[in-house]
Amino acid sequence: MYNFNYHRPDSLDQAAAALSGASDGMLMAGGMTLIPTLKQRLAGPSDVVDLGAIGVLAGITVGDGKVVIGAMTRHVDVANSAEVKANIPALASLASHIGDAQVRNRGTIGGSVANDDPAADYPSAVLGLGATVQTNQREIAADDFFDGLFTTSLNEGEIIRSISFPIPEKAAYMKFPNPASRYAMVGVFVAKTAGGARVAVTGAGNNGVFRATAMEAALNGNWSADAIDGGGISAGDLLSDIHASAEYRAHLITVMAKRAVAAAG
Amino acid sequence: MSETGIGARVLRKEDKRFLTGRGKYTDDVNMPDQAHAFFLRSPHPHARIKSVDAAAAKTAVGVVGVLTGADVTAAGLGGLPCGWGITQPDGSPMFEPPHPIIATDKVRYVGDPVAVVFAETLAQAKDAAEQIVVDYEELPGVAKAVDALKAGAPAVFDDKPDNICFDWELGDGAAADAAMAGAHKIAKVEVVNNRLIPNAMEPRAAVAGYDDSSDETTLYTTSQNPHVIRLLLGAFVFAMPEHKFRVVAPDVGGGFGSKIFPYNEEAVLIFGAKTFLRPMKWVAERSESFMSDAHGRDHVSTAEIGMDENGKFVGLRTNTVANLGAYLSTFGPGIPTWFYATLLSGMYVIPAINAKVRAVFTNTVPVDAYRGAGRPEASYLIERVVNEAASVMGMDPTEIRRINFIKPEQFPYETPVGMTYDSGNYVATLDLAMKHADYAGFEQRRQEAASRGKYRGVGISTFVEACGAAPSAVAGALGARAGLYESAEVRFHATGSVSVFTGTHSHGQGHETTFAQLVCERFGIPIENIDIVHGDTSRIQFGMGSYGSRSLPVGGTAIVKAMDKVVEKGRKIAAHLMEASVDDIEFEAGNFKVAGTDKTVNIGEIAFAAHVPHNYPLEELEPGLDEQAFWDPPNFTFPGGCYICEVEIDPDTGSLEIVQFTAADDVGVIVNPMIVEGQIQGGIAQGVGQALLEGCAYEDNGQLVTGSYMDYCMPRADNLPSIVFDVSVTPSPTNPLGVKGCGEVGAIGSPPAVINAIIDALKPLGVTHIDMPATPKRIWETIQNAPTPKAAE
Repeated sequence: MYNFNYHRPDSLDQAAAALSGASDGMLMAGGMTLIPTLKQRLAGPSDVVDLGAIGVLAGITVGDGKVVIGAMTRHVDVANSAEVKANIPALASLASHIGDAQVRNRGTIGGSVANDDPAADYPSAVLGLGATVQTNQREIAADDFFDGLFTTSLNEGEIIRSISFPIPEKAAYMKFPNPASRYAMVGVFVAKTAGGARVAVTGAGNNGVFRATAMEAALNGNWSADAIDGGGISAGDLLSDIHASAEYRAHLITVMAKRAVAAAG
Repeated sequence: MSETGIGARVLRKEDKRFLTGRGKYTDDVNMPDQAHAFFLRSPHPHARIKSVDAAAAKTAVGVVGVLTGADVTAAGLGGLPCGWGITQPDGSPMFEPPHPIIATDKVRYVGDPVAVVFAETLAQAKDAAEQIVVDYEELPGVAKAVDALKAGAPAVFDDKPDNICFDWELGDGAAADAAMAGAHKIAKVEVVNNRLIPNAMEPRAAVAGYDDSSDETTLYTTSQNPHVIRLLLGAFVFAMPEHKFRVVAPDVGGGFGSKIFPYNEEAVLIFGAKTFLRPMKWVAERSESFMSDAHGRDHVSTAEIGMDENGKFVGLRTNTVANLGAYLSTFGPGIPTWFYATLLSGMYVIPAINAKVRAVFTNTVPVDAYRGAGRPEASYLIERVVNEAASVMGMDPTEIRRINFIKPEQFPYETPVGMTYDSGNYVATLDLAMKHADYAGFEQRRQEAASRGKYRGVGISTFVEACGAAPSAVAGALGARAGLYESAEVRFHATGSVSVFTGTHSHGQGHETTFAQLVCERFGIPIENIDIVHGDTSRIQFGMGSYGSRSLPVGGTAIVKAMDKVVEKGRKIAAHLMEASVDDIEFEAGNFKVAGTDKTVNIGEIAFAAHVPHNYPLEELEPGLDEQAFWDPPNFTFPGGCYICEVEIDPDTGSLEIVQFTAADDVGVIVNPMIVEGQIQGGIAQGVGQALLEGCAYEDNGQLVTGSYMDYCMPRADNLPSIVFDVSVTPSPTNPLGVKGCGEVGAIGSPPAVINAIIDALKPLGVTHIDMPATPKRIWETIQNAPTPKAAE
């Protein structure tokens, strides 16, 4: 780890100021990616701004057909939330399978979404439910938010405040974990929403999380696992590594999507 | 059986400190005024070092000193020695290149150390290391042994362009050829024994200090054998005599073979401590462990086995290419030869065997012993080809084994590959496992699984291995450059407690309990009055350490021999105290008795008399009750058993579940059944890891792909089933305890059982082969490419 200046502001404004005042500052939410990266000297920020003391960033509220989750809400709190379980059980279930107990006790939804790891679970829920990312500057629709590997449409200095999930009619998430890392090798989030079926895939795309539009069209015609038998997923856009070829991932996307639709009911 | 004697499930004495965080590991050792070491390692698989400029690093903040290969050369230090020499069939020695403690002319694997920085803090050492400029001329590299054999492959050593360390064979080739020519049928397999990275829970670490007033060097290190480290580093690297060199291996958090060998870092730390007159400390980070701990396995082999009309084996031919990595590690050449080919007869009568082995240098981490060390490679090859033989003959896999087993009355049994098996009852372990596994009911379970869309398969492995290294004369004839006996000292204290000093080393095995049980059994004293001391060359007379499941058969026997001497002396003291003839003194359960009388004296009273000799035969006997023994076994021991694995495969995803795993072992007499069961569970976990999860991957040029847990898959609890475990005992006649060793059988016997189960599950698709690790990807691809794809029904 290289030396850096450490800030722990207690308001969003102070956090934004600390970040803009730094020559090369980085935000830290749960630190589940940043800390290992720092320890391996793969990042050397001048300043780290820890969002942990900003109370308004954590918490879960339900109303207006939405579940709104503060950016600093930990995975364990989403997994255990009675309100999330009652309104979007698929989201609570997803959170309960992120990483291990230690990660779930530290990692946050905002950190995961802002980091946009191509194998992270949460981006598939944000995209699959058509959520809205609320920042200290604006609101960003999920379809406009994710922008490739570890890249989002967040501006420099922009901080996620919360994520607002419309409550779907039904939804489910199915993950096929990488045997080694246990990150999603393929994760598929399906939802039947007011605006139609949505299918979001994580862990597999060359360009990060993506929507499986052919599957969505099929599900809009017939919400059943059989409807997406063909898959319609092209291996050409998928990751290939020692754990899974693009062809295997393409196949798994269909299998996981079918299982998710079946689980959603 | 007493509550704490041989055969008792005594809770482990050492667990209180381990489970409450009070173990004392090398990283817990801090010497006053110590500095911290950071190793700059090669990022290239293969490169010529044109220059190393450390000038800026030497003056960086906090830096105590920097050492490079040039400093090693200038100091005239030796390289790391190889402890096992192989003689080729034409009588020529193996190619044995130098192994400098810091790379000099070339780097030969990713992780090869090129410089070390010592600084006040580790962060300062890392900062300074970033200022070292190494001018590399990158060279093409090669990672796979079979690639290194190809014409035009990069030469790891410039003076050995074919990369062959040795080309070796064992067993009568002409006899094997003749047997195969006359065979009714022949079964053949080609298998890869996947390369593994050891991953002990505690990473390697060392702290070295040097006192220039006394010329004494002290090394604390994560070692399975501190005396061997002292011998090899002292004699070969530093020319340092034993009385000036102390090596301590305190609590060690797992070794699995990887902590047998002296490593570059230990030597460099001593060099630094002597150069800069400061104690030096180093603790490996996990990513360093991946690229610097000796790896295991990495064979590519073919095997052909011939059968007569009845399925009896007539001959076996094997051909193996073994990857040794970039340098010869301590036992590197011994593993794919004498620890491997000598076990290729398995549990079977095979009249003619010929095993050919080519060992090859590559641009990868050195390869050496890893739990099982050669024997898992042998059992995997033989158990795969025997299964194929069953298939070729149309026989049940258990039946072909049964008719070919060495029978109980054939022991001691001399194989055609140089071993004489001590004892065994192979049908007994087979029948025991088949009973527990309900083998007869399997087809019903297969059909039930098929009704759920799953492929279910059963796999069997009947395996034997050699433990208790080693009869020194035999080991010497096979190429070992050291004796492999063990030593013990049993010290009775004046008031009746006992300290046992053993040359073995416990790094998780539970010796402090098992060895104490031996003393309880013999002397009848409470187990809390017995201490087992190990791991410090200044306290222990000598020792060869723990590996190869040798601690109890060899080290335990040395303790027994020392206890014999204590009893012998005690009889003389007892005769004096009871005014009887020595010939009339009997010893049993801690009491010396005059035969045929009720006169008795307890061993505690004898110990007191020996230390307070007011009434004592001083003219005939020395005071004290403290005896030493060195024991060199007459033969190896040969534990074995039968493992039966049942798997279910989801054809949609290729994922697999082990639904049942049955282990029936014969490890000889058992001292602590709880510890034995734990050892076997752990061994099976590692074997399942090899079969399903673990595989070290290099790019073809030698760049390490699986450099962290993100890509290297360690077994987790949820990968493993509950294991049904039972034993069938045939005592070993080669040691007075009758024990055989239990540390490695699990890792040796389980991989073929798992793979045979997968092949059995996919048999309806025409599948006859899959390599390890059988990951979901590999299983799914095997199903996709199967000759006769169809859904499970």
